[in-house]
Amino acid sequence: MTTAEKYVTAAYCAVFAIVLVYVVIIALKLTRLEREVDELVEGMKAEAKPAQAERERTLVG
Amino acid sequence: MSPQGAQLRSVGRSYRIPLPGLAALALGLVTLALVLVFFVVPNDANQGFSQRIFYFHVSIALTAYACFVGGAWKALVHLWKRDPLADLESYVAVHQGLIFGSLVLITGSIWAKISWGHWWLWSEDQLVLFLVLFLFYAAYFMLRFSVDPGPQRANLSAVYALFGVVLIPVSFLAIRIAKDFIHPVVFTRHGPSFGGWILVAYCVSQIAMLALAYALYRVELAGKRLDERLRGLREVLA
Repeated sequence: MTTAEKYVTAAYCAVFAIVLVYVVIIALKLTRLEREVDELVEGMKAEAKPAQAERERTLVG
Repeated sequence: MSPQGAQLRSVGRSYRIPLPGLAALALGLVTLALVLVFFVVPNDANQGFSQRIFYFHVSIALTAYACFVGGAWKALVHLWKRDPLADLESYVAVHQGLIFGSLVLITGSIWAKISWGHWWLWSEDQLVLFLVLFLFYAAYFMLRFSVDPGPQRANLSAVYALFGVVLIPVSFLAIRIAKDFIHPVVFTRHGPSFGGWILVAYCVSQIAMLALAYALYRVELAGKRLDERLRGLREVLA
């Protein structure tokens, strides 16, 4: 491999490495968002359970 | 509908091309461009094999300019219509421009090392002006994140993005007003300074880079919109 070929390969590899790093960063951010949505849903479910139990007690009484 | 609900509904926009299709198109075009660059186009008579950097270097540079112009356009839309999504779109476009700008600097430095024997030449107006443009937009993020989220931040960012667009024609024309013309001139007043397979490979590379930038823009924008919606939902539930 000549020096020119090495430099050209390095240039193209740099382009793809940076795009890949960018995609990984975006993927990590999306994973964080997914986790936050899950936490929000779990929180809402936890809040909904006591309220439902209270409604059932009222109906029985 | 409550103000929060209206805000949640407004943070969204439909696109003609679905994101998976766009990503597949970008991938196909980049692959085609690579095949053309490495297996079809002949070696340049003057620069030999090293000229093959040109196909991606120039395409990426013009794509970076396009991203900055897109960011400025969205900034103008934000200032004009007070559209909250336009601020987000402007921010993402400038971010894409900065990523492609860093790729221009890296590939350009490698090309300079092969052609001129130096990684960087401070005497070259084209290089220095592109670096100024790059640093100007890098400072956009410092400004944006030094102000609390809200209308003030959006307005300041929009005005800054609009100012930056003035530097683009200066950077683009610098090569034509340079005294020593070390940097190759690709586009003259009479059209591109090449033809045949070189022109075909360049055009495919240019379209591929624009498609890649647009796909990445849409992916990042989708994430940012999701983040905004989630924040709005938290406010509604609090």
